[in-house]
Amino acid sequence: MSALRINGSEALRWGLRLASLAACLLAWQWAAAGRINLGLLTFQNVPPPSEVAQAAWALLHSPKLAQHLQASLWRVFSGFTVAALAGIALGLGIGRWKRWEDVLMPPLEMLRPIPAVAWIPLAILMFPSSEMSMIFITFTGALFPILLNTVHGVEQIDPRLIASARSLGGGSRAIFLEVVLPGAAPSIVTGLSIGMGTAWFCLVTAEMISGQFGIGYYTWASYTVQNYADIVVGMLVIGALGMGSSMLVKRGGQALMPWHQQEDKT
Amino acid sequence: MRDVNEAYGRIAIEQLSLRVGAGAQAFEAVQDVSLTVAPGEFVCLLGPSGCGKSTLLGALAGHLRPSKGGITVDGVAVNGPHAERGLVFQHHTLFPWRRVIDNVAFGLKMQGVGRTERHRRALELLRMVGLQDFAGHYPAQLSGGMKQRVEIARVLINHPRVMLMDEPFGALDAQTRLMMQQLLLQLWAQIRTTIVFITHDIDEALFLADRILVMSPRPGRIIEEIKVDFARPRDASLVTSEHFTRLKRRCLQLLQPAAAELPLERLSPLGAKPSGQLQFSI
Repeated sequence: MSALRINGSEALRWGLRLASLAACLLAWQWAAAGRINLGLLTFQNVPPPSEVAQAAWALLHSPKLAQHLQASLWRVFSGFTVAALAGIALGLGIGRWKRWEDVLMPPLEMLRPIPAVAWIPLAILMFPSSEMSMIFITFTGALFPILLNTVHGVEQIDPRLIASARSLGGGSRAIFLEVVLPGAAPSIVTGLSIGMGTAWFCLVTAEMISGQFGIGYYTWASYTVQNYADIVVGMLVIGALGMGSSMLVKRGGQALMPWHQQEDKT
Repeated sequence: MRDVNEAYGRIAIEQLSLRVGAGAQAFEAVQDVSLTVAPGEFVCLLGPSGCGKSTLLGALAGHLRPSKGGITVDGVAVNGPHAERGLVFQHHTLFPWRRVIDNVAFGLKMQGVGRTERHRRALELLRMVGLQDFAGHYPAQLSGGMKQRVEIARVLINHPRVMLMDEPFGALDAQTRLMMQQLLLQLWAQIRTTIVFITHDIDEALFLADRILVMSPRPGRIIEEIKVDFARPRDASLVTSEHFTRLKRRCLQLLQPAAAELPLERLSPLGAKPSGQLQFSI
């Protein structure tokens, strides 16, 4: 009986969720098709979902899609990879050794409040190739979340674990590899996942300004040539890519840290 | 295990004082303590919370530097942590990312023992603590008592000259605690190592120890030595014997004045709690 009731309420909840989604789409369709003008906000140039679906279908069958995706994925991949390597290495050093912290933290703290997007003009001046400047922006966006989460991960390791490792005969190399690295790993994965999100955010902005291919460029170019339905398609693709790559990072982290799920359960 | 071990594990502490904390907050946690522990002896340090007994243990382990006096084990001065002085904390310090068997084998890995051999010996130890069936589990999958058993196995695999235990059963429920005390005595009968055991539980000290050293409230000094000469092996019925009650009354009297005062914060074998907060937020 009670199991049935739970199943019933579960079905109801799913029904509500789907209905809410459908209602939003309908409201969008209604506002866009009716070219509703609310004064402060106007839907006169907003494409309705039906047109967006058609545009998405067209893009899916065009060779342009692969070109744009390839350009964006390469930029995110290279910027993020360099940021991950640098962020983890620096973060481990800063979290573990006071000397590293004293030398590296002041300049990093100075740069940290500057949003990666604010780097765009200077990056264009600093890097002769626009490709490099976009990768640099992506790198800058991903670096700080990875770095700070790594530092935090190292600093919150229980000092008793390190003491125990030393009492069991562990030297400084073993403590680093056996305690500090795995101890900071969950926090590092969190940093990587956040960093992946900011990397996409920064890349799309950079592409809008200096790209020639890429999904951010595609979205902005659609605006300039007044293909308004394509703008929304671009937005949706960016969202899906960002979500997909963050999920990939999380899944990868879970595969590397089977113990972490056990901890969460208890 | 090794016969030669019988003569190992003599502790000599001479006029030891320990200061804990930094700057204006520093205080003397242990004052002018001298004692010796014979090889293979089971000594309990009994005292009120915050009396500096854990601090003393931390100095024995080599995690805290004395401000005065010194410690030797088998004539060698203690000046840092070493695998020959194993340390068991009140709350386990198992590595969450290592399976039980690899936690136990950690000390052997540090010695450079190969994987097959260290797993074989770790399984042997796990069998001794009754956890051979949990070798492949992660620590998070074990109960509190099981974690402490793994922790003890992990220390014993190194065949330490001394095993230092900081209220290791303090966080367990009464039933589990009794079971752990009996297991510890069994293990100690097999692996004859010197044990220094910290507790504030009089029954526990009387049940386990050859000798109890009673400490005063802060700054900790040793105010009384009680020989506990109950026959071994001991079992739970001992606790109701008349001799036991008599010794217990004496311990209670010694600890009484301390109970009247405000309870002090528990100290750690690693010294004062680090006061530094995170320097940056995310």
